[in-house]
Order: sequence, then structure tokens, then C-alpha cells
Amino acid sequence: MSYEGGSYDVIVIGAGHAGSEAALAAARMGCSTLMVTINLDMIAFMPCNPSIGGPAKGHVVREIDALGGEMGRNIDKTFIQLRMLNTGKGPAVHALRAQADKFLYQHTMKETMEKTPNLTLRQGMVERLVVENGVCAGVITKTGTIYRSKTVILTTGTYLRGKVIMGETTYESGPNNQQPSVKLSENLRELGFELVRFKTGTPPRVHKDTIDFSKTEIQPGDEHPKFFSYETKSSDNEQLPCWLTYTSEETHTIINSNLHRAPMFTGIIEGTGPRYCPSIEDKVVRFSDKPKHQIFLEPEGKNTAEYYVQGLSTSLPEDVQLSILRSIPGLEKVEMMRNGYAIEYDAMVPTQLWPSLETKRLPGLFTAGQINGTSGYEEAAGQGVMAGINAGRKAQGKDPVILDRSQGYIGVLIDDLVTKGTNEPYRLLTSRAEYRLLLRHDNADLRLTPIGYEIGLISEERYAAFVDKKQKVEQEIQRLQNTKVKPSEVNSVLEEKGSAPIADGSNLLILMRRPEMDYTFVEQISPPPVLLDEEMKEQVEIQIKYAGYIEKQLQHVERLQKMEQKKLPEDIDYSDIHGLAIEARQKLAKIRPISIGQASRISGVTPADISILLVHLEHYNRVTAAKG
Amino acid sequence: MLSDTIAAVSTSVGEGGIAIIRVSGPESISQVAPLFRSRIALTEAESHTVHYGHIVNPGSGEIMEEVLVTVMRAPRSFTTEDVVEISTHGGVISVRRVMDILLQQQIRLAEPGEFTKRAFLGGRIDLSQAEAVIDLIRSKSDRAFSVALKQVNGSLSQRIGNLRQSLLELLAHIEVNIDYPEHDVELLTAEYVKDKSSEVMEGIDRLLKTATQGKILREGITTAIIGRPNVGKSSLLNALARENKAIVTDIPGTTRDVIEEFVTINNIPLKLLDTAGIRETMDVVEKIGVERSKAAVTEADLILLVLNNSEPLHEDELTLMEQIHGRQVLCIMNKMDLPSKLDKDVLFQYFDESAIVPMSVLEEEGLDRLEEAISELFFGGKLESGDLTYVSNVRHIALLKKAHKSLQDAFEAAEQLVPIDMIQIDVRLAWEQLGEIVGDTAADSLLDQIFSQFCLGK
Repeated sequence: MSYEGGSYDVIVIGAGHAGSEAALAAARMGCSTLMVTINLDMIAFMPCNPSIGGPAKGHVVREIDALGGEMGRNIDKTFIQLRMLNTGKGPAVHALRAQADKFLYQHTMKETMEKTPNLTLRQGMVERLVVENGVCAGVITKTGTIYRSKTVILTTGTYLRGKVIMGETTYESGPNNQQPSVKLSENLRELGFELVRFKTGTPPRVHKDTIDFSKTEIQPGDEHPKFFSYETKSSDNEQLPCWLTYTSEETHTIINSNLHRAPMFTGIIEGTGPRYCPSIEDKVVRFSDKPKHQIFLEPEGKNTAEYYVQGLSTSLPEDVQLSILRSIPGLEKVEMMRNGYAIEYDAMVPTQLWPSLETKRLPGLFTAGQINGTSGYEEAAGQGVMAGINAGRKAQGKDPVILDRSQGYIGVLIDDLVTKGTNEPYRLLTSRAEYRLLLRHDNADLRLTPIGYEIGLISEERYAAFVDKKQKVEQEIQRLQNTKVKPSEVNSVLEEKGSAPIADGSNLLILMRRPEMDYTFVEQISPPPVLLDEEMKEQVEIQIKYAGYIEKQLQHVERLQKMEQKKLPEDIDYSDIHGLAIEARQKLAKIRPISIGQASRISGVTPADISILLVHLEHYNRVTAAKG
Repeated sequence: MLSDTIAAVSTSVGEGGIAIIRVSGPESISQVAPLFRSRIALTEAESHTVHYGHIVNPGSGEIMEEVLVTVMRAPRSFTTEDVVEISTHGGVISVRRVMDILLQQQIRLAEPGEFTKRAFLGGRIDLSQAEAVIDLIRSKSDRAFSVALKQVNGSLSQRIGNLRQSLLELLAHIEVNIDYPEHDVELLTAEYVKDKSSEVMEGIDRLLKTATQGKILREGITTAIIGRPNVGKSSLLNALARENKAIVTDIPGTTRDVIEEFVTINNIPLKLLDTAGIRETMDVVEKIGVERSKAAVTEADLILLVLNNSEPLHEDELTLMEQIHGRQVLCIMNKMDLPSKLDKDVLFQYFDESAIVPMSVLEEEGLDRLEEAISELFFGGKLESGDLTYVSNVRHIALLKKAHKSLQDAFEAAEQLVPIDMIQIDVRLAWEQLGEIVGDTAADSLLDQIFSQFCLGK
């Protein structure tokens, strides 16, 4: 028996990192939103590493925050360690990483969601989509409830036809022994979607009291941590250290002598795993000359004795896992609380999506997160925000918001997925971005907060603070340029800072460009007339010091944007375009790029094909204009 | 791609007294301006005016070519963009000198049909022509592609490949340092960056040497015409020059007794050396003649040995054949119109049959066969300048120079301890520029390199 469970603007299926961001974004934009998930205790659960951030991933968290998403605020409330990585490198790659109290993280997110107006949380197993007139119009659960909506967002993570594998043991399951979602996967296939099988894995968890920390190195957090959210100004959270140890020769011997029981090698695993996240057995086999591998022991929270053994992701049988653990210095007497496992799941071929994350095949249906072939909480959350925004806007009759590759890592991520697809679980790396220097941790607000404000996810108060910061930074840079200095005024300070004295007059902006210089120099010579906080000073410093490199990249971006602005009509028939090479024709017809820019990034589409497209587009536009 | 500055020679190469290089794009005038020395600044020039002056090397100020420059401002130009047209002396050498300078700026070689494309996109060409424009782009780029493949010969592409691999390893190392800061991968030092970029710069230098020493680019393939007096060397030279529209006639004031002619045969530039012209007493002539032939032989990339079909082989000729054995030689049996007294079996001991060209210079017979034989040697990759991989394509040279400059920037940045992620920008640029030469700019190979070179993951 089925019954009508209500009608909404937006329905989100799943409550992981993509689902929770999507639901919050839609609800905050004023859409009546329903979030349905298999188990409400699993909201924003971290099935793998109890950690958020790092290079590229941390940048995404900043971007989510700059857009008005929740991940940054939530981790700032619940971290048990914060570290800024890459501080010895340029400002673009400074990357914040947090250890989370994973239970607190979930509870805090759930609490936020429960308090959010327009948002309804409902436990349930969605088995089918409602399709009416070729449009996705709602969902049907296992218990027969029909929820109707204008748009639906699927964020199924690793639940779709999930299968856990460890040694000879396999069983159908979502992560951490949750129920898998089987029927929905079948329904997607029925609807004509192309699915692929991916694999990921997680290491064992061990009991803190059975670890001999004296044999490991301590890895403390930063003494004066910075935060993910632009809203967080301070925190009282107490920090816990992580611990570093290494695999031993014995570890490698155990692994090598048990390879015949490793699903990776016996062929039990059919899904494609990520290269950047190999299991320990994979590492030992592929890099056999490496005598030891790093193992980090990470607390999973303040009120738990469970430790995550980073570096030991494995699908070897349980007994082998225990032997491996006990071969590691510091873990000789360790008790394993949960074993590691591999999990296979269904994912969408992401080239089936528009850059808005709406599926091409079924209007009204959006997908976000691991279902789109990515891995990582941050990648999921970044897509979640965008899917929430665009599903919400569609329900409100507005055009989608699409970030380009120069605006954010989120733009890079989504463009890569929908344009090139992926043949392994996709992880963001800073090297995937062409304009790394523009996509900095520090300037996420400058890049995205105006967009977040326009969408309605950034409050008036926060936006005012942002505008104030922006203006002060611009004025200060202008002031430094206008502040002429004579040698007599600055040479003693320059000397003090180990910098060469000047012979003629100069200005403060020019002197600030010197590698050894920082903002304290300005404060000594000519303090600003208005009070600048640390964030503003940092911004002034970065914008001045790296202006040359930044300018170069901005020129590239300008060209890129011209290509992005050449929009291709949705109804374009590539088989009808005279002169296109056959390969280009097939690829273009499959991807259906929204712009010349996107078309030019499809592999197999040559510059000559792009020229032909441009000529065709011009032809099309002139004819359309003539028709009036 | 839509608004960058493009350049191309718009007259056919090697023909006519004047060649025109067309430069188009919103910034074309300001980009050519610093390269043009004249009474007035190009940026100040009115539309549709012609200016006399010189193309100079912007770095050294060295004068490269005497030119006339025409400025046409948007939208009153073929492409509807700002256009600069540079008229130079005709012929490969002048044109290449100018293109060489242009392409080292923010100006790139136009893609096939690109001027026409821009004219169309600018509304200059009627809508009904759209299909014709597309056909032009398609056919020209297909042809350009096959030509480009020929130009990047096996050994050049392998050398470029090796340089790129070195850069890829460096890039992978940089990326791993950035993306996996907590992994126990070897920390990248400024020294390592400097070593690697110097190594690749040296490799680029070696390649550029073949181009910038000008052997082929500036002078052509050095071709010696040798043989005993009166076998028809000068006639052959004259015939080749006449037939192929010599670009430069004998260089005046040369102190050498060798006459040089520059010709292009099927677009292959040749510098012909002729040892003719000295014939006082027979004894001396023979002696000097052989010595001069020897000198010409050592410097030549290609040797045309001329024999007289109507006489038996002379002892000197046997000596010559011995000396040039193993070099790139075409053996010309001249005077085929006369009765044959030459012992061909001896020739076959020294030369392949394909290298023997029967001719009658007097009757103008067999010239086409000779030209064909030269083309075959050249496009077959057998003719190379010295023993170096040879780079002649202006686009390749410009890209090699740009890559070199990028690496120089990276090197200097490393020296100044600029953060590694910024150094990466220049290293990556160099890698892409080299990739453009061999038509490979896929970024995926970087990720493959990272994951095969380093053990990463949680």
C-alpha cells in the first residue's frame, strides 16, 4: 500500500556530506525541503578518516563556507586538532586540516539541520523515483510513502548496491554495516542511467588503551590555529595529538605471504579503486623497494577510545589484519575494535550530468557526492552545496549557478566530472587546477561570497563584514602605493629586516614586494589610518607580493572566460554540423557542452573542431537573430 | 583563443620579391609596436597607413629586417580586428627572421584558416559562406596535420619526449610535495629544481643550435657541387638557380673563391657551393680544384658529385669518391646526350642506384629527377644538418625558445627562493610548450606520473 507523504520543493535522498549540505542550502534559500535517509543517526557520518581538509580539500571547505554552506562552521565547532599544512610554500597552497570528533561532528550537524526552517528530516529507504511527463517529480520509499517535489537530489554515497569485502568474506552492506540501497540502483538502470562500479576502503580501528604511544612520534596541532569558517574568530576546543609510526619488515612479510587471500588479487573485487588511496597490500606490492610506510594513529573523538589507523586501509581477512597491526611498532598488543574493509558501490557516469549537476536524461533529478564518482567528504560537500543551490533555484524557476575553473576548486571538480568523466574514484588535487594561484585558501570569500550573498545563503550581516574587509584591503594597497618614502626614512628599518637599503625614493608597495618583507614593515614605517585585522593584513601582503604571478594567471582567465561565455544552444544537433570530425561529433553529442569553453576541454575535440563549432554558432546566432 | 594575437605569412613562401606577414588580434598593434623601429610609434599610426622601418630584436635592439608595415584598425580590416601587415623582402630567410621574432612574443602562429574564421566571426564574410569557411578550416587543418607529422621527425620527437619526461618527473615531485605534505616523500629543494631545469635548458639549447646556427634556417642545407673541371658544375648550378628562382645571387665582396647560390627546391632551402671559376693552367686547376672540392666537402650536408658521362673515370674522381664515401651524395652523370664512356660498375660500388642521376644539363634533361632525389633525401629524414636532430620549423623554434625562457624564469625563481607552487607555473608552462611541438598537451599524464612515481594514500 502506498500513501501520499507530502509535497515539497526539493527532496534530498541521503544525509551524508553531500546530502546535508544540499538540504541545508535548499532550505536556507527558502525552498520547502525534505531530507530522506536510511538512518537518521548517520547524518554527516565519517565512514573513513575522522579528518577534514588538507590541500585542495581544505580549499573546498573554505569555498563551501564562502558560499554559505555548513561544513566549515561544523568542523570549527567540533575539531579536536587543527593544523595548517604547507606553510613553507606559497600562500595558494597553505591548507588547513582538522581532526574531527566524529560523533560530535554528526550530532552538531544534525542539530543544525533540525533547527533549520523549511527543512524536514525523515528516516526512510527510497526505492524509486516518481517520473511524470519525463520529469522527476518525487520519490517512493520502501514503506510505500510517496513524497512529491519539484526537484530531487540523489546523494547515495557508497550505499548503492553496496558490498563489503574482507578476505573471503563478502556481504551486501552500506558503510559501517548500514543497510545498502539496492532497489534504487535497479530503478536508475531502468530509467536508462549508465552506472559504474567503484571501490573504496577503510583501515581498522583500534583501542587506545592497547597502544604503546612511547614507540610513536607525537603530532600535535597548531598552537594558534586558524579556522575553516570566515565566521569563526576563536575557539576553546581542546586539541588532541595524532601519533606517527611505521610498518615494519615483518608487516611486509605478513602481507606478502597472505596475498593469495587478498581480494585485490584474487579477483573478488570488481570495482575500480582510487590510485591515490591504495590499500596497504597494494602499496607493499607496487612499491616493493620501499622498506616502510607511514602509519598515523588518529583519535576518533574526545569521548571514545577508538583510534583510526591511517595508512592501513585493507581488505585482507580479519586474522591477517590483526597480525599486520601487531607487527607495527607501538601496536604489538593492540586490540582491534573494527576491522578494515573494502566496499564496492554503484556510481553514475558523471558525463550524464549538466554542469548544474542536473541529469540530462531526467530533468529535475540532480546527483551529488560519491554517486558522481568522487571520493572524499569535502568533494561530496562541495557538490552538495551546488546541487542544493541549483535544485532550489530550479524549483524557484531560476537559472542554475555554475562556477568556472577560475572561481573555485568546486568549479574544477564539477567541470572535470561532467566534461571528462572519471575512470576511478575522483579526488581533488591542487594540481588539477590551472589557476592554483587564484584559488587560494585565503581568498575564498573574495571569490565566492558575493555569489553566496546573491543566492541568499550569506546573511546581510556577514556580507557587510565581507564588503568592509574588501574595501579596507583595497584602500590599504592603494595607500601603500601612494606612500612615497625617502631612503632616510626607511633604510634603518630595511637594514633591521636584512633587506638592501634604497638609494632613491620609493613607495611602500614596491618595498613590500621584496621576498623578505612582511606587513610589520608597513606598521613600523607608516601604520594604516584604520585598524586592520590579521586577515586583512594577510590579504594586503599576499595581493602585493604575488601580484606578478597573479596578474599572469588573470590574463589567462580572461581568455578562458570569453570561451565560457560563448554558450552553445541546448538543442544543437551535432550530427547536423558539417565538417566536424567523427570523433568530435560523437563526444560532443554525448557530453552536450554548455559552452565553447567546455567543448574545448573534451578529449578528442580538436582546435579545428572548435573553430568549426564557432563558425556554426555564429551562423546559428545570425540566423536566429534574423528570424527575430 | 578568440582574442589572442595570431600571425602567418600570407604570401606563398619563396616566391615573389615581397612577402607579407599578417598579424591580427585586438592587441596586434601594441604587440608589434616594440618590435618595429620607425619614425613614428606604431600605436600612434593612423589606420590604413604604411610605414617604413626595421624589425628589431626587442631584447638586443639588433636590426633584423628592413620592412614596410601597414596598420589597419578594427573593424576596417580583413578579420575585423586590428591588423598589422609586415612586408619584407621575399624569400624564406627574411620571412623566417621576422616570424621568429614575432612568435617569441605573445603572438602565435595562426591555425589553418584562422584569419578567414575570424573574418567570418567578425561578420565580414557573408552567412552563405559559412560552409565554405568550415571546409577551408577542415581541409587546411587536415593537411597541416599531415605536414606537421612529417616535420616532427622521429628523432626530434624522441628528444623532445625525453626533455618532457624530465620536466614531468620534476612536476610530479613538486605536486606531491604540495598535495601530500604529510607523506614521507623526498622534500623538494631549490637545488633540485635548478639542476633539473638547467638540464632541460641545455637539451633545448642543443636542439636550438641546429636552428640558430642558421645552417638550415638562415642558409639552407649546405650543398657542395664538386667534380673535375668542365664536367658541368657551373651549368648545373645555373640551371638549378634559374629553375628555382634563386633568392639571393652570389654574395658580393665574398673573399672566398667559392660561389654561393641560394635556392629552394620544393620548399627545401639549399645553399649551393660551386668550386668552379678558377681555371688558369690546367695543372694548377686540377690541383686547386681538388683541394677546393675537399674544403667544400667537409662543410657540406649534401654533396652533388658531377661526372662526365662521355669520358672514362679519372683518377681524381676515384679519389673524390673514396673521400665522400658514406656521406649524403647524389652522383650526377652529366652529358647523357653524348656517347657513354663511363664505367657504371665502378659507380655502383660507391652509390645506390637511387643516388645516381643521369642528366644532360645542356639539354635541360633530368633536372626534375635531381630535384626529386633531393626531396626524397630531405623528407625521408636522411638529410640532416650535421649530426644533430634538426629543427627548422619556425613554430618549433619559437616554442623551444619560449620553453627555454619559462625554464629560465623557473631557475631564477628557485634561486630567489620563490615558493615552489609558483615555480611550478613556469615549469608546467615549459612542459606544455614542448608538448605543443609534438602535439601532446594532455594533463592526465601528470597524474599518472605522480601515482607511479610515489607511494601515496591513507
